[in-house]
Amino acid sequence: MYSSKLGRLVLGVSCLKPTRVRSGPLRPGLRTGFSWTSVCQQRSLWLRRISHTTVDPNEVRRFQSLASKWWDEQGEFAALHAMNDLRVPFIRDNLLNVHRGRPTAKPLAGLKILDVGCGGGLLTEPLGRLGASVLGIDPVEDSIGTAQLHSSHDPDLCHRVNYRACSLEELTSERPEGAEAEEVVGQFDAVVASEVVEHLADLETFAHCCSLVIKPGGSLFITTLNKTNLSWLLGIVVAENVLRIVPQGTHDWEKFISPEELEHLLESNGFSVQSVKGMLYNPVTGDWSWTDSTAINYALHAVKLRDELFLHQAEEDSPHTQDSTTHS
Amino acid sequence: MHKLAKTTLALNGVARCLFAERWLTTPKSVCRGFVCAQQNNSDGQDDVYDVIISGGGMVGSAMACSLGMDPNLEDKRILLLEAGHKNVMDSVPDTYSTRVSSISPGSATLLVWDACSDALIIFDKDNLEDEMAYIVENDVVVAALTKQLDSLSDNVQVKYRSKVVKYTWPMPHQAVESIPWVQVTLASGETLQTKLLIGADGQNSMVRRALGIPTVKWNYDQSAVVAVLRLSEPTENNVAWQRFLPTGPIAMLPLSDSESSLVWSTSHRLAEELLQLDEESFVDAVNSAFWSNENQSDLVETAGSMFRTALSALMPSAGSPRQLPPSVAAIGPKTRVMFPLGMGHASEYIRHRVALIGDAAHRVHPLAGQGVNLGFGDVACLTHILSQAAFNGKDLGQSMQHLLEYETERQRHNLPMMAAIDLMKRLYSNDAAPLVLLRTFGLQATNMLPTLKVSSHHMTTCHIKPHPLSDYTELYSSCVYNF
Repeated sequence: MYSSKLGRLVLGVSCLKPTRVRSGPLRPGLRTGFSWTSVCQQRSLWLRRISHTTVDPNEVRRFQSLASKWWDEQGEFAALHAMNDLRVPFIRDNLLNVHRGRPTAKPLAGLKILDVGCGGGLLTEPLGRLGASVLGIDPVEDSIGTAQLHSSHDPDLCHRVNYRACSLEELTSERPEGAEAEEVVGQFDAVVASEVVEHLADLETFAHCCSLVIKPGGSLFITTLNKTNLSWLLGIVVAENVLRIVPQGTHDWEKFISPEELEHLLESNGFSVQSVKGMLYNPVTGDWSWTDSTAINYALHAVKLRDELFLHQAEEDSPHTQDSTTHS
Repeated sequence: MHKLAKTTLALNGVARCLFAERWLTTPKSVCRGFVCAQQNNSDGQDDVYDVIISGGGMVGSAMACSLGMDPNLEDKRILLLEAGHKNVMDSVPDTYSTRVSSISPGSATLLVWDACSDALIIFDKDNLEDEMAYIVENDVVVAALTKQLDSLSDNVQVKYRSKVVKYTWPMPHQAVESIPWVQVTLASGETLQTKLLIGADGQNSMVRRALGIPTVKWNYDQSAVVAVLRLSEPTENNVAWQRFLPTGPIAMLPLSDSESSLVWSTSHRLAEELLQLDEESFVDAVNSAFWSNENQSDLVETAGSMFRTALSALMPSAGSPRQLPPSVAAIGPKTRVMFPLGMGHASEYIRHRVALIGDAAHRVHPLAGQGVNLGFGDVACLTHILSQAAFNGKDLGQSMQHLLEYETERQRHNLPMMAAIDLMKRLYSNDAAPLVLLRTFGLQATNMLPTLKVSSHHMTTCHIKPHPLSDYTELYSSCVYNF
């Protein structure tokens, strides 16, 4: 209770004083020597960072030119369409597990989901069809236009799926009245960021914003590319230049992140990583399948700890024990 | 007779329940109609269905039932369009109709789970695996499915006497401001929209023609004459008989102790002559077709009997006592109908937001009785795939991926079956002694397989029992599968 009040207070302050401080790239070493003081320090650090953008302007321009092609199943985004066969069941089954739901015609009924970087709504729509009420956000306005147009025809979706052209930190911080903040902060049962984090400028802020909007006990789903030699070879050289599965220049290897690094980042932001699963794309059949190796693509499910648990864990845990996350 | 009386009684009960229920739910559905209308006005959208099935025959109705009963699809809006009247049958009629189908155990399993468990047909669940096939009239199957559809009125609607005049296909991927759904225009002027259209509109499928899907087809230069036969004396009528004549196969399918259904495939000219005959001469023609020996060669006869002797020496316990096809005394009045035979196969079963099932996708010669079973196989496969797609949150018609899965799976099954039936038809239309000998041996070998029989009202189990004479075989036997 105490900490949640503190959180609200902190948020109030951030709304009053939007300060823009440019911060350096993520340093994994930041978390060593974890203690309550360091948590406080980090929180105040985020406070200042919160208005800093996670969006890379170059990426926005790149996706603008592709906005009209989102729903062409054989086009540039074919692999993303096919990925729904893995990521939708991954999200559905983990949410069913967390919320002890039963598989019915609307397994996600009653859940609020935020789809960060929704693009044309490729993942937003299936989640809406499963009964969840989904908010899709994307900084590229043309993509949001495509997404809105596409879902507007479907009577099943028009009340369940909403889109907003904004970035995650705009959603969480830019609150002119303060009243709307209540609508977003701590309101979502799950945040989904699928094939998004490899396009972001600032992961630290991203993780913080995610933990802001997720309810305690809520889930965070991330799918992305690992930072390995193999992911450079297959994810960039082969996929972009040889097979042309994705448009050239879609990915920048420097921005890829390994599951370990992502786990560190999330755990320092109050998440507990539940599972990390490797994904493999077969360019011949155009299908995705689960694999033991997380060397190229992987999916991650984390749960936001309840505040008291997080503080407790932050005090007790040494960095060594936190590393041993389950890989399934 | 007891059984029949009991069935009728039970059916009346069921019918009464259904009727009462419908009476009670009427106000509710009226309310829902109002709500829909209001929504439509505010959104400016026509009705968008999740699935529209065009054609309410056996396969189309089974599709509607099967989708309507799937738990993953329970919130989908499904519409069945049927050009004809509603086929209401509260009790099994006394007279048999000419169009019958052989329902294989696999299909019966589908029907048991999906449709007919408490309706007009009762399949024996416990023995389902052991049965060869059930002979059921098409009318009865449709009526049973119709009854089942009534109980699914929450998510499955049926529009009878609705004739489609036009289909408008959407662009493969979205163009701005265009409607992404298939539009179906009815003769009444009404336009419906659907995310997925299932074409179950038979061999001359309008859906298939409107899409311009090419079909590989040929006519066998044969027509089938169908009729209801009265046997000269009541027997334990549980074997379907088929005899291969040079002009084509003639088959007798058991309906009850004293009645059978006739399917006589023959040349167009002979078929017309058969239709012109008076009833008495027609009965004579049928009897002589089953009994006459004039087409048999002595060589084949001798070789056949030697092979039989050898087989019984090897497996003394196997085989069954001689049984002869029953003789026919009369035919049901005005039951004679003829129709041309052919075979056809659509090169594609699916397009963007469209899938073809049943005869719309494939049509076979009736000699193996597999036509409707291939259709029910399509139903089971497509239901499974759509159910999975819905559980993964997919737009049922959007992703070609899951529809392709349906096409691949069904073509993999249907094509070899069609090829086998076609080959069998050609094999049996041939008189060359080596071929006749070959099929004789094949049939006699299958005769040694263990046989089983169970029968109940309005359906009869067939079992493998080829006639010891060379060219009789029990219809729809497993030799088609093992060919």
